[in-house]
Amino acid sequence: MSTAGIDIGSITAKAAIFDNGKIIATKVIFTGYNAELAGQRVYDEVLSEAGLGKTAIDKIVSTGYGRNSVKFADKSFTEIMAHAAGAHFLNPRIRSIIDIGGQDSKAILLTDKGKVKNFVMNDKCAAGTGRFLEVMARALEVNLDEFGAISQKSKSPSKISSLCTVFAESEVISLIARGEKRQDIIAGIHESIASRVSSMLARIGVLKPAMITGGVALNSGVVRALSKKLGMEIEVSSYAQVNGAIGAAILAASL
Amino acid sequence: MKKQISEILKIIVIFLFGKFKKFTLRFKKSKSMKDIMMVYYSEAKSARLTGKKVAWITSGGPVEPLIAMDVIPIYPENHGAMIGASKMGAGLCETAENMGYSSDLCSYARSDIACATVNGGPIGGLPKPDMLVCCNNICGTVLKWYEIQARYFNVPLFVLDTPFCHTGYSDEVARYVRSQINEYISFIEKACGRKFDYDRVKKVGHLSFQGQQLWQAVLDTAANKPAPMSAFDAFYHLALIVTLRGTPEVIDYYTALLAKMKDRIARGIGAVPNEKYRLLWDNIPIWHRTRWLSDKFASHNACLVADTYTTAWCGSMKYIDESNFINSMAEAYTRIYLNIGVDEMAKMVINMIDKYDVDGFVLHSNRSCKPYSFGQMDIQRIVEKERGIPCLMLEADMVDERTFSESQISTRIDAFMEIIKERKKHSPANETVS
Ligand code: SF4
Repeated sequence: MSTAGIDIGSITAKAAIFDNGKIIATKVIFTGYNAELAGQRVYDEVLSEAGLGKTAIDKIVSTGYGRNSVKFADKSFTEIMAHAAGAHFLNPRIRSIIDIGGQDSKAILLTDKGKVKNFVMNDKCAAGTGRFLEVMARALEVNLDEFGAISQKSKSPSKISSLCTVFAESEVISLIARGEKRQDIIAGIHESIASRVSSMLARIGVLKPAMITGGVALNSGVVRALSKKLGMEIEVSSYAQVNGAIGAAILAASL
Repeated sequence: MKKQISEILKIIVIFLFGKFKKFTLRFKKSKSMKDIMMVYYSEAKSARLTGKKVAWITSGGPVEPLIAMDVIPIYPENHGAMIGASKMGAGLCETAENMGYSSDLCSYARSDIACATVNGGPIGGLPKPDMLVCCNNICGTVLKWYEIQARYFNVPLFVLDTPFCHTGYSDEVARYVRSQINEYISFIEKACGRKFDYDRVKKVGHLSFQGQQLWQAVLDTAANKPAPMSAFDAFYHLALIVTLRGTPEVIDYYTALLAKMKDRIARGIGAVPNEKYRLLWDNIPIWHRTRWLSDKFASHNACLVADTYTTAWCGSMKYIDESNFINSMAEAYTRIYLNIGVDEMAKMVINMIDKYDVDGFVLHSNRSCKPYSFGQMDIQRIVEKERGIPCLMLEADMVDERTFSESQISTRIDAFMEIIKERKKHSPANETVS
């Protein structure tokens, strides 16, 4: 049996194909302004990646903020369910998921059977999300992909005290003006995200082991800062960014 | 001059309309909420013609002495709810912000303050007050809000200060509040220019108590499965116990409503056609989104069967002594839901969870109302520990639509319902059935 999962996020659309217990293809594209079109495109692209035709797919599940615009899906689930299913598949021992996406961040607690026990979301504020990093990358004129490597060189991360993205941006600009090192500023940005996210986690209490998912998981600097702040290892799967889509494809297999 | 004449003409028209409406209502078997509210507001708006006084009063304020003296009570907070429900909140809040008020200020206060200056809103502004009565049992915001309005309208203000009751009700507090009730009565006597009517207040007190009993009985019907009414219905029917408690209209209306709910129970009709999941709501409704939320939950076959908000108007009935209303009123008004400690609040929430047998708890973290939202995180933790049911926190505002994000709230509700459905599927009760 082959199934597909489609995860339409605010910035990227992800798709995954699941075939007899294995992930056989994944794809990430930009969502753009038309979520419906993005859903179709990412689906077509993942199919060609897998070398399959539409008829080969038995069931499709959509997830993410744009889940209802995927008209060809058989069913939709929230990304909470999808991330839980994905993480549980990748590592059945996982009890907490920290998902940092483009526009929100969330924490999900799992039971030992991989069911959702509780969740908490931050979506009122861009601080502690991928958007925050994008704004900062622009202010620093650094490619976001290099953030992880650059911040690793920092010996004393700058202090960024503002909780608000807009204020933090002007803080960063004044740090640049003061001549602080770029690596320290970037490390400071990562620490500020880590403290935001960890205070959200404190609301539901983190369980070990934990895994980080979502696009921001690709930034090793954030992962480092977060695991330091929480005082625990955080697992990063190579599928971190497409975890929601994988979960959706797995949920499709049980429809 | 011209402006004054047209103002007077307007009042006469409102007065005649109110009289006509009241007359025709006599022949109606059951009066609708809309009819009653229309008569209420037109009587208040034409009070200058009838020589009656108008008092603005906070929602948790002791209104019975006013009614006993024929003063028409007006509730800016009820007006705020109307503004929210008619989706005029954002505009009026913006006006207040332009006047210099902070966007962190309660949106009832913001929209009321703005409305007073522009006579806007769904009913063209509230009738002007002759006096203001502010009871701080609900929050500290009302104090400043009423001071501002007292300055603006240049009318006397009475403040009833009810100390916070963390656990009990001490003798000192009892004496302190009771002594203010005497001052309150003198205040009304002075404003009305005549002696206080102690006989009449007994009757009003009796009606108020009876009204609260009936309102509780109406809310209790939702313990039935399926619930004949939802919290969203309660939000609607609430208006009378807030604005007209102590009058016979309330008794008639809730008696009829109770009969209707009992009939629905007898016929097995639920507020949500296919009720599978029962939920409890906390905090003031998101007035501009009640329909959307009600549909959203119903699409999951979930019914919000009860809430902590509408019960607040009958929650401290146990302190009322009908034979000694004026004395016991002091305690009843001091020990309301928003004026007690978090542990006490959590106890009440847990009682409701058991009474209405709910599967989940939805908390509206209301940006406006600090006293209501402040302890929610603790209450949520206590509920999770004591009853182990899923809890959901929604961040929004009761009136200011600008704080509402539909797709984000929608995702949270969907995820919350997924958890509840998953649990019910595996609950022992269901396993024996299937
Ligand atoms: S802060 Fe809360 S209690 Fe106070 S007036 Fe506003 S809504 Fe009412």
